[in-house]
Amino acid sequence: MAIKVLTEHINVPGIETFDVYRKQGGYTAVEKALKTMTPDEVVEEVKKSGVRGRGGAGFPMGMKWSFLAKPEGVPRYLVCNADESEPGTFKDHYLMKTIPHLLIEGMIVSSFALGANKSFIYVRGELMYVIHILEKAIAEAKAAGFLGKNILGSGYDLELVVQPGGGAYICGEETALLESLEGKRGNPRNKPPFPAVKGLYQCPTVVNNVESIATTSWIVNHGGDAYAAIGIGRSTGTKLISASGHINKPGVYEIELGLPVEDFIYADEWCGGIRPGHKLKAVVAGGSSVPILPANLILKLGNGDKRLMSYESLSEGGFQTGTMLGSGGFIVFDETACIVRNTWNFSRFYHHESCGQCSPCREGTGWMEKVLHRIEYGHGNQHDIDLLVDVARRIEGNTICPLGDAAAWPVASAIRHFRDEFEWHITNPHEATQPGAVFKGDMALV
Amino acid sequence: MTTETKPTIQFTPDRLEKAKEIIARYPEGRQKSALLPLLHLLQEQEGWTPAEGMDYVAGLLQIEPIEVYEVATFYTMFHINPVGKHVIEYCRTGPCCLMGGEEVYAHLRQRLGIEAGQTTVDGQFTIKEVECLAACGMGPVFQVREKYYTNLTNERVDEIIDELSK
Ligand SMILES: Cc1cc2nc3c(=O)[nH]c(=O)nc-3n(C[C@H](O)[C@H](O)[C@H](O)COP(=O)(O)O)c2cc1C
Repeated sequence: MAIKVLTEHINVPGIETFDVYRKQGGYTAVEKALKTMTPDEVVEEVKKSGVRGRGGAGFPMGMKWSFLAKPEGVPRYLVCNADESEPGTFKDHYLMKTIPHLLIEGMIVSSFALGANKSFIYVRGELMYVIHILEKAIAEAKAAGFLGKNILGSGYDLELVVQPGGGAYICGEETALLESLEGKRGNPRNKPPFPAVKGLYQCPTVVNNVESIATTSWIVNHGGDAYAAIGIGRSTGTKLISASGHINKPGVYEIELGLPVEDFIYADEWCGGIRPGHKLKAVVAGGSSVPILPANLILKLGNGDKRLMSYESLSEGGFQTGTMLGSGGFIVFDETACIVRNTWNFSRFYHHESCGQCSPCREGTGWMEKVLHRIEYGHGNQHDIDLLVDVARRIEGNTICPLGDAAAWPVASAIRHFRDEFEWHITNPHEATQPGAVFKGDMALV
Repeated sequence: MTTETKPTIQFTPDRLEKAKEIIARYPEGRQKSALLPLLHLLQEQEGWTPAEGMDYVAGLLQIEPIEVYEVATFYTMFHINPVGKHVIEYCRTGPCCLMGGEEVYAHLRQRLGIEAGQTTVDGQFTIKEVECLAACGMGPVFQVREKYYTNLTNERVDEIIDELSK
């Protein structure tokens, strides 16, 4: 039986209410931490767990916490990143709406560890209904004495504020999020200084993803070592995967890291295979930003071994043959999907969402969208593919925040692995623009 | 010219109460943090964010009107032009498209007889294209105010439009 760190009780009727959540063992981590542990001991357990940030970058959470500056008399802040706007990612949405107290409990434990007395949950504004769910959960927790002044008689005070965004993917980038939380446009900040030193209101701040924070209750209850025993190598623990696209069972799955990709796609427990009568063509494994891989490369490593759902295995082979776990947005394409159209669609997304601060990203994303649009609509020319590669290369690494990289990688990887398909659009524009026309090359379908 | 004019748009008493609560939750001197929540409150009341309303919000937060405009125009959720009674915010991003999102979208536009950014002549519906709504496993998806409509098909779209038209 696979271990479920986050979703064990998710199907219990009424789990969104305080009473039911409490009956299932909820808020014991708050009791344990506040009554029997020091903040540093909580940080130590999180370090030992090896849990890595689940928002996309995979940075070790305990290490991030230990960087937090602690000058005398200056407040510190914990900010939960619930902006979830990366195409293909919908796990935080699911977790918050279904089991909101898991996040609230994690926020209390984490805020205690960091010495924060006011913490924020920044939720993308479109999820206003989820904001109401969280606010209700907070009110319940407060009424039960788990929030507010002198929690459980420990002398520790905490107030939680749920903040709505306004519709902007860039505000998922942590410094843009902080700008937004201060009531400004979401333009990412130059780093250094890092948020750990100068974050919200120029005070030391930790920003963590919803899933990362939700994990801390289990770690406090069971210990960091127990968490580190789950998973594989440096990919400890479990991960929520948002599965979408041409599969039989789209949804959010909590997997133990190290599960073979093949099992995740084909086994009934998870995606349940490709929809009937179709074959696997490609996968974007970690949200729209990560490189797309064709079927053979996502399933197998260069040495023929199975590729696993872990940070290391997914990135094995670098960008030549690998990709990234990212936020765990797992988008599956069967042979009916047009890679050119999808790449154009993603480029339009990044162009739309670029904050416009850095010219390589502002201009480059628009340029890529335009060129991809003309290829898709039958007006591409022979130089366009190299032009795209060139523009992508000039964006990458040349911007304040990684949105530029996130825009460049999908284009570069689609061309790397599906160049034939782009060429076909350019050399057969009439055929390629027929309704429903899809390139049928000799690519491996599984 | 009068020096003090009463704003043409103001929050209703209960919304003003709510606005004050929101403003109070940030540290001293950081009231500007309330800007996005107050813009949502304004849009919820007015259906969009008219300039007079933004000026009013600026007054509540004691900031310059330009500080409100520059924020309202950065974030895609705020309607800075008048919209219909129901704004259909249709997800146009990749994962929804894989699930037939483009076909359903064509049907929606045909059914309402409008394109993105337009409002039906009776003022009932506006279509707005939006990017990923974090519901990719239930695509195609659109949103009307706070509600998500998921697993859309042409038939489902017709039902929803009929329902909202009542
Ligand atoms: C353009 C962009 C969008 C991002 N969106 C999100 C997001 O929606 N949610 C999230 O948790 N992290 C997002 N991130 C990553 C954050 O900057 C940050 O690394 C993360 O919130 C840290 O939390 P973690 O260490 O717990 O993952 C985004 C980064 C970039 C560059």
